[in-house]
Amino acid sequence: MRYAETGFHLEIDLSRGSIERVESDPKLTTLYLGGLGTNARIVWDRVPPETEPFSPDNLLIFGTGLLCGTPAPGANRTIVTTYSPQTLLMAYSMMGGFWAPELKYAGYDKVIFRGKSPKLIYLWIHNDKVEIRDAAHLHGKGAVETQELIRQELKEPNAQVAAIGLAGENRVYTASIEHGRSSASRLGIGAVMGDKGIKAVAVRGTKDLHLARPEEFMKLCNEVMHYIKAREDKPIPGVMPILAGLGSPQEMLHIDEKWHTENFSWGNSRVRRKDFWTKEVEEKWKESQLGARTRLISCYNCPMKCGAIISLPGMSTYMMKCFTKLTYTMAAFVDDLDFGFRIAGRATEYGVDGFSTPQIMAFAFELKEAGILTDKDFAGCPSDNEGKFYWLLDRIVRREGIGDVLANGTHWAAKQIGKGAEAYAHNNIKKHEQLPLKLGMLNPVYFLMYCTGEKANITQIEGQFPQAPFLTMEEREDFVKDWIHVPDEKFKQYLLDWEIRGERSNPNYPTVDMSAEIVDWQEMMHYIDDALGMCAGLSSFPLKPPYHIHNLPHFISAATGLDIDEAGLTQVYNRNRNLIRAINIRRGLKRADEKPPEDHWRKRFPELEEKLLDRYYEFKGWNHDGIPTRETLRALDLGDVAEDLGRRGIITNE
Amino acid sequence: MSNVTKKVRTIKIDLDKCNGCRACEMICSASHANPKYSSNNPERSRIRLIRHPIKDVYLPVYAGEYAGAECAGRDKYVIDGKEYDECAFCRASCPSRTLFKEPDSGLPLKCDMCEGEDEPLCVKWCINDALVCEEREEEAEEAEEVKPGDMEMGLESLADKYGLQKIMETVARMSKKG
Repeated sequence: MRYAETGFHLEIDLSRGSIERVESDPKLTTLYLGGLGTNARIVWDRVPPETEPFSPDNLLIFGTGLLCGTPAPGANRTIVTTYSPQTLLMAYSMMGGFWAPELKYAGYDKVIFRGKSPKLIYLWIHNDKVEIRDAAHLHGKGAVETQELIRQELKEPNAQVAAIGLAGENRVYTASIEHGRSSASRLGIGAVMGDKGIKAVAVRGTKDLHLARPEEFMKLCNEVMHYIKAREDKPIPGVMPILAGLGSPQEMLHIDEKWHTENFSWGNSRVRRKDFWTKEVEEKWKESQLGARTRLISCYNCPMKCGAIISLPGMSTYMMKCFTKLTYTMAAFVDDLDFGFRIAGRATEYGVDGFSTPQIMAFAFELKEAGILTDKDFAGCPSDNEGKFYWLLDRIVRREGIGDVLANGTHWAAKQIGKGAEAYAHNNIKKHEQLPLKLGMLNPVYFLMYCTGEKANITQIEGQFPQAPFLTMEEREDFVKDWIHVPDEKFKQYLLDWEIRGERSNPNYPTVDMSAEIVDWQEMMHYIDDALGMCAGLSSFPLKPPYHIHNLPHFISAATGLDIDEAGLTQVYNRNRNLIRAINIRRGLKRADEKPPEDHWRKRFPELEEKLLDRYYEFKGWNHDGIPTRETLRALDLGDVAEDLGRRGIITNE
Repeated sequence: MSNVTKKVRTIKIDLDKCNGCRACEMICSASHANPKYSSNNPERSRIRLIRHPIKDVYLPVYAGEYAGAECAGRDKYVIDGKEYDECAFCRASCPSRTLFKEPDSGLPLKCDMCEGEDEPLCVKWCINDALVCEEREEEAEEAEEVKPGDMEMGLESLADKYGLQKIMETVARMSKKG
């Protein structure tokens, strides 16, 4: 009997139309837990590094986290893994919602797609009955609309559906996979789904999921629920509202956007508008948000309310979360939030990433102003800020005219356009568009996270440690008092000593050594969450979350019956971290790729930055080029990975 | 027969506060697993969330009495412009729907208000207070009312399907094999 997991994968060969139910190797659970960890092992074993993202040999894996479907609050994430058409590295994008628990209840831990379907299809999983069904009638349908049409067609109102829109069908590099209030948006995985001819994956499951030590597990769950309640009543003082509570940033709840609108950049990540947030704007935006928002909603088995149902007259209802409400608004220089809600609705139906897509459009209009793109490229485009964004969004998702070039993201579009366009694709890491954030003084911890985050997305690697020092010693002492989450007491001292100005301030403090340790802690929590399917919003992202390195081993042990302690879990984290590193190294990731956008900070320190990267690599057991050494890999039971890298000449005799 | 006062538990359901997380379904099914909490499966839950996000329909419904036949009701409710299905507010485990039946056997399920717990667990796990337990005192006749248990309800539904005679014959045959 397998506990917490089902022990079965679905293997779908789209080229042959075959469906197999395959038992998974329990040893892989012991080594990598599940979710991202086991997804990565499958990619390493089965997808050679030469494989093009749009090759039939590329896999598209929908993996549930190890704890998904168990009573652990917030364990509901699906981790989608493939090679990214944009970064060309391994993509892992994740979504919350209800899909992963439903797949577990249907009796599977993963759905693994290979090959390509000759025509558009969707997969229908209903417990033991799994069908590849024709989706010709869903061609061009919206990603939200498709979910509803499939439920109606199957007469299964409780089926959970993940679908792509027009963007995925047209292999737009920023295409997302949409599911209810959630989406797996980053790194172009929707494009790979479209390339394989999969319009949607629908699941309905009515089987039991078992726990190894139920009483013990429920005690832990009750403690977490109790902690969430207490923590929600006690927001952290001295940090901005969206970082004070739990959950992903509560963008649907909070109206006050002074911080984002004045500190994040507008347009093509260029201009900060220091006096934007006036009383009038606040009133107007409040009206827009309360008018659009019907209800605050959550994912499966989670008491938070990070998402919202958005209903506006004259357009179809959709669901939204987090920062997308601002990305289109700010990229388009529109001062009206109503526009943000409206264009995001259309973009959600098209199925595009709300971070990258607005930046691609702002980039295009900047190129037009600079004369690099011409009026001919924009023939028929309206001149007002709102109209031109709608117009260009429509072109991109259809790959029409200049939209076809832009659909590949700013990096590849700039290369194709030439004439100096590359200087305008200035906000990328590893070819991938980043948050439009431009700051003054380099923060050493963030420098490392931007450089080395394998997902190329800061929100998926930060958390736990405050973003900035507290002003007074009193505040710091107050903060560390109940900071039970630290893996080691020394982190408390780092925070106590961290000053806003002077010797112990950015960029020299936290020191190089401390920075490597802080980053290691932060990414450890994300890697564990991504293996467990735990939402970062209750675990790795917020300050003082209910889940942490001290209680997670107990959750895993009681759920699965594996006996794992903190040291064991840390070992699994290091194994997963190094395996994903190895996959990307094998695909050509270089030290030179590990850098933040040039203009991310105004004040840069090349010598210090080199030292930071050197120290981080050394801390990880990697060589100067960021390649894990043989010893590092062997100590993590990744000897076969070391051998492979050796055979390819990537690891040489050190 | 004399009257006595009895404490009666009721659950107040505030649809506006529901965030749609279905923790109520999860914890209900887990607590009724045997051994307790050893598994969970929302399909076995005695509370189900009728959920249609696009229409903003979020309606927790508790499993009530077993009904051997479907009723004649074909009503629709429109509340605040939202349309609720004919059966939305009905608690019955009935042949016209899949709700409130064990997924493997099809036997009916009924909410037992988590007798023995401080409060129903669905209420405990709903920290958004969409479900709130209220106790009130009610006068009742002293005679102990006999509540049908899960097994009795199951047998009743089997009797409806196969006839009582057939069930008795089957039980007799099974006990001989014993």
